[in-house]
Amino acid sequence: MITLTLKNAPHVPLEAEALSPDVMATLSNEAIRALPVLLGKRQRRLDDFFHVEGEASDELAIEGDAARIKWIGRGMTRGRISIAGNAGMHLGAHMSGGTIDVSGNASDWVGGEMSGGLIRVAGNVGGQIGAAYRGSHTGMRGGTILVGGTAGLEVGMRMKRGIIAVRGLVRDFAGLQMKGGTIVLGSGAELRTGAWMMRGTILSLRPIPLLPTFSYAATYVPTFVRVYARHLGALGFSIPFEESDGAYRRYTGDTSVPGKGELLVWSPHGA
Amino acid sequence: MLRITGGRVYDPANGVDGVVKDLCIEDGRVVKNVESGRTINASGMMVFPGGVDVHTHVAGGALNFARGLVPENQRVARKFLHGGDRRSGIGGMTPTTFATGYLYAGMGWTTVNEAAVPVLSAKHTHEELHDTPIVDKSCLLLMANNEIVLDLLEAGDLERARHVVAWMISAAKVYGVKAVNPGGVAAWKWGKNASALHESFEGYSSLTPAKIVSGLAQIVDDLQLPHPLHLHCNNLGVPGNVATTIETMQLLEGRRAHLAHLQFHAYGGDSWTTMRSGAAAVAEAFNAHPNLTTDAGAVLFGDAVTITADGPWQHLLYQLTGRKWGNLDVENETGCGIVPYVYKDHNIVNAVQWAVGLELLLLIDDPWRVFLTTDHPNGGCFWRYPEIVQLLMDVDFRKEQIKKLPAAARERIVLADLDRQYSLYEIAIITSAGPARSLGLSRKGHLGAGADADVAIYPEQPDEGGFLFSYPRYVIKAGAVVVEEGDVTAVTEGREFIVQPGYDSGIADFIRPLFEQAYTMSFENYPVEIERLKRPEQITLRPAE
Repeated sequence: MITLTLKNAPHVPLEAEALSPDVMATLSNEAIRALPVLLGKRQRRLDDFFHVEGEASDELAIEGDAARIKWIGRGMTRGRISIAGNAGMHLGAHMSGGTIDVSGNASDWVGGEMSGGLIRVAGNVGGQIGAAYRGSHTGMRGGTILVGGTAGLEVGMRMKRGIIAVRGLVRDFAGLQMKGGTIVLGSGAELRTGAWMMRGTILSLRPIPLLPTFSYAATYVPTFVRVYARHLGALGFSIPFEESDGAYRRYTGDTSVPGKGELLVWSPHGA
Repeated sequence: MLRITGGRVYDPANGVDGVVKDLCIEDGRVVKNVESGRTINASGMMVFPGGVDVHTHVAGGALNFARGLVPENQRVARKFLHGGDRRSGIGGMTPTTFATGYLYAGMGWTTVNEAAVPVLSAKHTHEELHDTPIVDKSCLLLMANNEIVLDLLEAGDLERARHVVAWMISAAKVYGVKAVNPGGVAAWKWGKNASALHESFEGYSSLTPAKIVSGLAQIVDDLQLPHPLHLHCNNLGVPGNVATTIETMQLLEGRRAHLAHLQFHAYGGDSWTTMRSGAAAVAEAFNAHPNLTTDAGAVLFGDAVTITADGPWQHLLYQLTGRKWGNLDVENETGCGIVPYVYKDHNIVNAVQWAVGLELLLLIDDPWRVFLTTDHPNGGCFWRYPEIVQLLMDVDFRKEQIKKLPAAARERIVLADLDRQYSLYEIAIITSAGPARSLGLSRKGHLGAGADADVAIYPEQPDEGGFLFSYPRYVIKAGAVVVEEGDVTAVTEGREFIVQPGYDSGIADFIRPLFEQAYTMSFENYPVEIERLKRPEQITLRPAE
């Protein structure tokens, strides 16, 4: 275990791609302290900002308010990062394996273009989580992002595979230009959910405003929801699937693209 | 002073074919002898005149728009870090200005011709060329859809049109005239195209693409410009466009012209499902027209960004790819479309395109009339030229590549039947001597006394994992050693070539009211001040015939 305790939070964003198990797994304490980070355009040492304890481990614990620290866990392939506090932008971007746990909030671009692994944020996150970076064809290609609180705009924009589950309210354009994968909206979403989606599934546990380019297909409980419920249940996120409780209303779209995606909206009996 | 000893020199303009001899350089020029100074031992190496790119897109509004449109390419592009004289930048499909200079020089290319500049964005283009180091530069002015010029051609007033073109060349500080899809871009402003050479197009009643082509070719000849009309024919990229291309060649009989990126104009068939190579027919017609030169516009598999003034074609390409599309309307002068594109070897159309570029280079008999280009970044990036050289020089390598193509594509091409291999001498022609001659740059493309001392020195065997011409050991630009052991070691400033043809001094009074009626800027701000060019060099006009 390597424990990194923030001495004092930087006034401008600190770019710290070095905060990754892949980078630190084989390094001595001294070498970890000397890792480069960028404060604005100036290169600094990691120990200018953190007390570092431990060495040569693929388990990292970050303590303190890291809300201005960007790119934590960028491209990581293994190991675990536990953040006791907040995390900055691009948390776990491009990651392909391992686990990141955040006890507080995280910012925009959580899991941007990730292809595997698990990111769990207990609090709120910003926009563009699991999304494609500007100009890219494809966002998230695999892995799981779980959010305990709310999320911002363009959740899962252009995602192709993987699961994003958000317990709180999600803002506009969830699943924008989605090509595959699954988004679970625990408390619904604001406007234009699934706009331009080609394929994939958006599952909402609350009624949501629908675009006119989605059309009603059926009311049922898809078999796959049981499988997903088991997977997410193991991660502490429950979704309903018992026919005795209700069913999902299925809408297909976005027909303006034209797409073959689906919106599944939970409709409990007696509601 | 500099002496290069022991190298095998390839200097086709002076008939030197792999002769071991010394090359002496003083004050930026090749001289007969020098008394002292540095000596470079080039034993076991090949000495070539610096490469000349007759058709590329490296600066200006359209290219900059393309840079902005493909951030995903920039993120994975080669990085150039700031250090010493070197500025930072990125390579990739649409390199930044400084990186463009380093990449060209790093490959042994020392002169580039930016092939498409509207008067309206000439200032921007010159600013970017300022920041493109090492290489010498020139640019060509888009004239075939300029509505002031078209109106005069429709009225049959060729003489006044000539004065207007000359004034615009002087105003934009350029080197020559480019015609892109004549009439088609003007028609695009009405959502139309101009695909028939002898039919009028939207917005005009009697003017036809054929009249624009022959009118502009005549004007360029009459103005005695060193480089002939640089023509992007109608129907670029369209299956069956062979007919248009050959008809255009017939139109141009008796006048000079350079047909740009001929690969995109040599397709048979009549639809995307029947599209096949038309290179044999185009090459045969071209061989019979000694008044013409051309460049390959070859395609390489992989990422590209297509950038052209040919707006209607780009809209079609966007519909085919379904990805991104950028469209620019350059007021009354031209338009521009940008579409990122991936050439895939398993795609039949792309495979045919790849073959057609090589077929043209192999089927056109006279290497002095066909030059190596990819129409960068349309068919592939300029920094991939060494790959094409390898395909031309090594028939076995070429046949290996052909085997990877889908069977349906192999039936539609003739490349597998061509056994011609380029010699080093011929490579020196198509990469340097030929394009320099076509551009009318008498001090470029050769190593005789008085030539600009632009020299590329390559190892005789390719480096591990590279192609023969990938990594020059030394590059000398205007007498300064700028690349050593494959690295850019010194950054110099290139010159910009311009021409100043004469025109009736009253012509500005004719243009001004038309301009003020239609344009969004003031007429006084329209011309480019000569001070904007850092190192302009005026090239003299051709002698009258």
